[in-house]
Amino acid sequence: MRYEAPETLKSAVTLLAKEKGLAFVLAGGTDLLVKMKGGFLEPDLVVDIKRIKGVFDITKSATGFRIGAAVPGVALGENAALVKAWPGVVEGANLIGSKQVQGRCTMVGNLCNGSPAADGVPALIAGNAKVVISGPKGKRTIPVEQVPVSPGRISLKKGEIIEAILLPKRPANSSDAYLRFIPRTEMDIAVVSAAVNLTLDGKGTVKDARVVLGAVAPTIIVVPAAAKALIGSKLDAAALEKLAAACSAACKPIDDKRGTIEFRTKVAGVLARRAAEIAYKRAGGK
Amino acid sequence: MSGVHVTTTINGDAVEFVCNADEPLLDVLRNRLGMTGAKEGCGTGDCGACSVTVNGRLVCSCLVLGAEVQGAKVGTIEGMAKGDQLHPLQKNFIAHAALQCGICTPGFLIAAKALLDKNPDPSEEEIRFGLAGNLCRCTGYDKIVRAVQATAKEMRGA
Repeated sequence: MRYEAPETLKSAVTLLAKEKGLAFVLAGGTDLLVKMKGGFLEPDLVVDIKRIKGVFDITKSATGFRIGAAVPGVALGENAALVKAWPGVVEGANLIGSKQVQGRCTMVGNLCNGSPAADGVPALIAGNAKVVISGPKGKRTIPVEQVPVSPGRISLKKGEIIEAILLPKRPANSSDAYLRFIPRTEMDIAVVSAAVNLTLDGKGTVKDARVVLGAVAPTIIVVPAAAKALIGSKLDAAALEKLAAACSAACKPIDDKRGTIEFRTKVAGVLARRAAEIAYKRAGGK
Repeated sequence: MSGVHVTTTINGDAVEFVCNADEPLLDVLRNRLGMTGAKEGCGTGDCGACSVTVNGRLVCSCLVLGAEVQGAKVGTIEGMAKGDQLHPLQKNFIAHAALQCGICTPGFLIAAKALLDKNPDPSEEEIRFGLAGNLCRCTGYDKIVRAVQATAKEMRGA
């Protein structure tokens, strides 16, 4: 295996594009190094992107936030402006692993690992986040939900690197929340998860909503029918009931010892309802 | 496999080493530099026995490549005591019998120090969550939590 730590994105892309063997990007390494240690992956080349300018930056601008590819989970929680604007995104990312893992793990890595149970991803999708991709043919920007295609597989082409995540500017009266079910209190992977992003009008009526479920299908899924159930409501019992039913109806989960199909289907609705209530309060709804 | 030449700082001292491209920092510390305080429990980031800090961040040294610490500042358990003077956490781990076999202890001390550096007055829940990445098969954790609580109190008073 060769280890390279280029100082520009361009040289990182060239290294990855030209490698004939197995090549991987290294940022936090909390997935890659575990797979290498376990003998599941034997890379010929590892490209460490952490010496590239800007990869550790969280920048706020008129258009929203830009989060560099190597920003570790712990740094998201330390950024007060990001926590205030996107509490659901940060709480999802901060649920991953231990403090030690938080010191290294990145949202881009969580996304590129391609797991339907990734805690860092549903709230990004609910928030209409995008990724900036650099590749041999230049840059392109795509919605986060277009990155994962099936368990462990993503849509990136050879030589492409996600350099940053873009979160849009928050409108007024808007917030998000993320919840997951695990059989213990920490250090586990979601059995079911739900992210809800809401925008209210001045009177507390839901103007816009996006509902996303994790770990209940081969990829993380957006549930438009669940969002529709909330729009126009003040999160009354009937709207929440409809939301939960729409979420359960959208589930196509696996059946395993961590959760049966029946359990996951039911809990998806429960978590979405609770996440909606949290997001509603955070957005200023009463 | 060609070696990677790395210049870094460990516990304030300039250190140079050559390691394999896929060699974890933990193996570099233990096998090349003779710093055997960090232990290998699982080798996959689950047990925390290999905890160190890199540029001030708490990490598992089994999940960092040696090659990655070029130009970085690494902190290990060997840098915790100042000569013969134990860190208050070390003293309190002894006083509260917060260890039996001791394999997990260096990792717990590094993680507990990282916790107290950020939060000098943690609740019991914050301590337990803060140390959730460190596994101990002997103590049942209670004495460890008590030792960290006693240290936090002592250090706030000092």
